[in-house]
Amino acid sequence: MEPLIACATVSPAVAVSDLVKDYGAVRAVDGVSFEVERGEVFALLGPNGAGKSTIVEILEGHRSRSSGTVRVLDTDPAAAPPSFRDRIGIVLQTSGIDPELTVREAIDFYGAAYSRPVPAPELIELVELGEKADARISTLSGGQQRRIDMALGLAGDPDVVFLDEPTTGFDPAARRRGWELVERLASEQRAVLLTTHYLDEAEHLADRVAVLAKGRIVAEGTPAELRATAGSALIRFAVPDRVEPVPDLLAPVSGEIVGRGRHVEITTDTPTADLAHLTTWAAQRGIELEGLTVSSPSLEDVYLGLVEGDDSLGEADAGS
Amino acid sequence: MRSLWRAARHQNRIFWRTPVAAFFTLVFPILMLVLFTAIFGNDAFDTVYGRVNSSQFYTPGLAVFAAASSTYTGIGINLASRRELGILKRVRGTPMPRRAYLGGVVVSAVWIAALGVAAMVVLGVVAYGVNVEAAKVPAMLLTFAVGSASFAALGLGLASLARSVSMAVPIANATLLPMAFISNIFVPFGSETPSWLDLLGDIFPLKHFGLAFGEAMNPFSAAPAIEWHRLGVLALWLVAGAAVAAWRFSWDPPVTSGRTSRRRSRAQAV
Repeated sequence: MEPLIACATVSPAVAVSDLVKDYGAVRAVDGVSFEVERGEVFALLGPNGAGKSTIVEILEGHRSRSSGTVRVLDTDPAAAPPSFRDRIGIVLQTSGIDPELTVREAIDFYGAAYSRPVPAPELIELVELGEKADARISTLSGGQQRRIDMALGLAGDPDVVFLDEPTTGFDPAARRRGWELVERLASEQRAVLLTTHYLDEAEHLADRVAVLAKGRIVAEGTPAELRATAGSALIRFAVPDRVEPVPDLLAPVSGEIVGRGRHVEITTDTPTADLAHLTTWAAQRGIELEGLTVSSPSLEDVYLGLVEGDDSLGEADAGS
Repeated sequence: MRSLWRAARHQNRIFWRTPVAAFFTLVFPILMLVLFTAIFGNDAFDTVYGRVNSSQFYTPGLAVFAAASSTYTGIGINLASRRELGILKRVRGTPMPRRAYLGGVVVSAVWIAALGVAAMVVLGVVAYGVNVEAAKVPAMLLTFAVGSASFAALGLGLASLARSVSMAVPIANATLLPMAFISNIFVPFGSETPSWLDLLGDIFPLKHFGLAFGEAMNPFSAAPAIEWHRLGVLALWLVAGAAVAAWRFSWDPPVTSGRTSRRRSRAQAV
């Protein structure tokens, strides 16, 4: 018995290898590979148009792929029977809910499609819509409708959950609660594949992050590993106007220096030595370095470095 | 079977919570019967059925018009709007069988059509003394079943060709209303009707639906009064509608319509 069970759990919940998707002459996804284990939150991070939604929709069975192999729960989503969808939960980036129904009616109707539906009261409580359970969906706010999306995605007690920008439109408090929900999903041994362009969301939630730009994974690892690639520390300050010559100040510094006018950013692996030099130099001359801070680089610093120069940034998402 | 039943009840609930749809599908055709008999009087005149009262002419025609509105227009617009809202895509992401969902849409529309036809016939009999004979009721039921199935298939075809609601609504109206005028529904055809108009009407399904149903209610027709050749034409249209749906039906919301229509409305505002 034991080996059988071990065998069944060895294969990852989601396995993608050399995935390619072309839209005509446009290559939206260009050789992407990754795996998601049960109990893991994996985040696809990237700007609009990077291919996040396209990848997720291929995994959900909503889109065909041009080439590569895709396995979700050991099934090819492109050739999957309806029973495949019994085991996955989908929260699409944008998808409507029948506005004529109440929250409870919608959950009852869509939940009834699954072989082991989560009872409606439980789902309603999970997404904190108890007060609105009998309200028409058309009367709810965007954030409340997004919570029903979440409830409907979990209605079948799924093994794999796809969350395509799940907290977009949430206020900060609702976002925190959304995060708690996602953490809970992973703790229940579900595999969670999340797309987001919120860095703090990926940093907070994801066990592993893949950064996408122009359809390729440009970096992959734990949030800590990604941060480490940006150097161990970031020193920031502004030089007062009257200080000349600045090159004397900066010459002995070991790290990478970026100056914008009076503002200076130094990324360094030896923050102690660099800081000692800077503060000595300034103190000897009686100069105050304005806004002097030392910090570890955030995922944002890494991310902006990786997608910099990506001209698809800010443009419409070709994949959605 | 259970999922089909559930999907049909789901669509029924939606229908009754959409007052505009309920009005145009059920109230409007009845209003037309009341108005036509009030304007033209309920006198006898020559029709394709022979010399009958105007209510005897209008009741079957408006009954099938109600059935066609509920099925063809109703299904076409309902599915186009649910696709545009991304609801069809949501359905496809669940284990719900797609056939059961679409089947529920059809069953619900046929049920509403049956209510509309029953209300029309009952009003005709009670208020205007329209002729209904027990021996020809099977012909009425069979004609209703074949005709509404045919228009339901055409509704699926409409939802397949019209990518958005803003296309589905004008296409539905621009096809069904002119069809009604050339199909002996709003305007009685007689010996002076040009033959090309008669032929044009023969091509489309509504005239056959109306005449088959009218013949089953005609006081001069002999039981069982089943117009097999007309039911055959309706069956051909059923196949055509289903073929278009099988060929082109999409569950994905139109990709660019949201953006372009927003851009367009902004341009119009300027």
